[in-house]
Amino acid sequence: MPDLGLEVLLKGKNFIRLLEGLGTALQISMISVAVSIPLGIVLGIFMAGKNPLIKAVLRIYLEIVRIMPQMVLLFLVFFGTTRAFGWNLSGENASIIVFSFWGTAEMSDLVRGALISIPVHQYESSEALGMSRMQTYWYIIIPQTVRRLIPLAINLITRMIKTTSLILMIGVVEILKVAQQIIEANRMSSPNAAFGIYLVVFLLYFLACWPISMFAGYLERKWG
Amino acid sequence: MKNLKIKKLAAVTAALATVFSITAYAEDTDTVYRTLEEIQEDGTINIGVFSDKNPFGYVDENGEYQGYDVYFANRIGEDLGVEVNFVSTEAANRIEYLQTGKVDVILANFTVTDERAEEVDFALPYMNVALGVVSPDDNVITSLDDWNTDDQIIVISGTTAETYLTENYPDIPLQKYDSYANAKNALENGNGVAWANDNTEVIAFALQNEGYTVGIPELGSKDTIAPAVSKGNETLLNWINEEIESLADEQFFHKAYDETLADTYGEEYKEELVVEGGKVE
Repeated sequence: MPDLGLEVLLKGKNFIRLLEGLGTALQISMISVAVSIPLGIVLGIFMAGKNPLIKAVLRIYLEIVRIMPQMVLLFLVFFGTTRAFGWNLSGENASIIVFSFWGTAEMSDLVRGALISIPVHQYESSEALGMSRMQTYWYIIIPQTVRRLIPLAINLITRMIKTTSLILMIGVVEILKVAQQIIEANRMSSPNAAFGIYLVVFLLYFLACWPISMFAGYLERKWG
Repeated sequence: MKNLKIKKLAAVTAALATVFSITAYAEDTDTVYRTLEEIQEDGTINIGVFSDKNPFGYVDENGEYQGYDVYFANRIGEDLGVEVNFVSTEAANRIEYLQTGKVDVILANFTVTDERAEEVDFALPYMNVALGVVSPDDNVITSLDDWNTDDQIIVISGTTAETYLTENYPDIPLQKYDSYANAKNALENGNGVAWANDNTEVIAFALQNEGYTVGIPELGSKDTIAPAVSKGNETLLNWINEEIESLADEQFFHKAYDETLADTYGEEYKEELVVEGGKVE
């Protein structure tokens, strides 16, 4: 067994610090998810709708989010708002704003895609069966949309969790930063610790994302 | 259709107008920083330090900030009579932190350069530094001339090593990393043939890691490391300068070296690295 330097994690509060770092990452991503999902659903419905002006505005919003790297958005919100408006946002709040801004755009596009993927004959058949508009949506369209949406939304959520590794650039000490601090503080006593600690970080990310995937699988089976 | 085009045009114009007014406003706002008095009134000073650069600024196993820079930061807090709030900074965002006033002082191993001096105000220096290049024993790099352009040098974005190599050796391909930990891993994994950085960094690296040699211990001009404050923050700048001068009486930075750097560099680099009272010989 190669020396992974894992004993470093047992020193002082190191392992607890790593868990706290994961907590920070999860807290920021989960708040952002809670904002992004409902907002994204509403915007997605508008995007699939018929109003050309609303569609154009949402399209521009989506393209901005797609083109801008998250890192640039983080710098813009964290430092830019201070320069432009004198707001002193904390790194955590700036992260939540950026992640929600990004998550909402991506979620809305997923919802739009899922909605327009329902063939027109589904609407027409419901009408032929004498269903009302409400009934059509409730019994026919929404269940099919949700089923198509789940794997995509889960993908987005786990991606949001993993992208928190960028927020160390605006001073938020999350799991990856704690890992780097631990590796660096012990570079004399345990020069090999980097691999072992990154391995633990990988496992912790996995443990955070895996239950979400499991839950999605359960939902798909239940509704599939 | 025409109507829509006009609406679109209007929307774009409005968006552009907002952007311009924001920039205009940004130019108007002057004091982003807090004066000495405001800091003392608040009772807390925000100091940007590295949290992963042992032995200058790092976090120990109990979550406490430690190191040469931090040792001085704590003294500043003590003599000002305020609490120190440490902010974890990266090499690439130190200037931005000062320009937005998100920290009051940067004490993150900040090398004084002319370009940076246009963006921030440096106080008197407290350390010497030059660039150095470290490479594995089996292929020690001793010169940057006649470079084989297939080989890459590892640097950290935003450091003096990056600027120096880009300006003086534009043909050498650089491999850039955002943090110290990543650059170090890259060298250990053999992603580049050498790592160029402050010589303190590479000397320490070679002393601690077997199989690496500092082939070029001094590259470029000798520089100094100093605290930095937001451009124009004179009250704070003057206070720090007076502090550094008066600390010479007790040989404070020699003591800081003994407490924080001696373990890494031994006694032999002491006089070379330490600047006492802001006076460079």
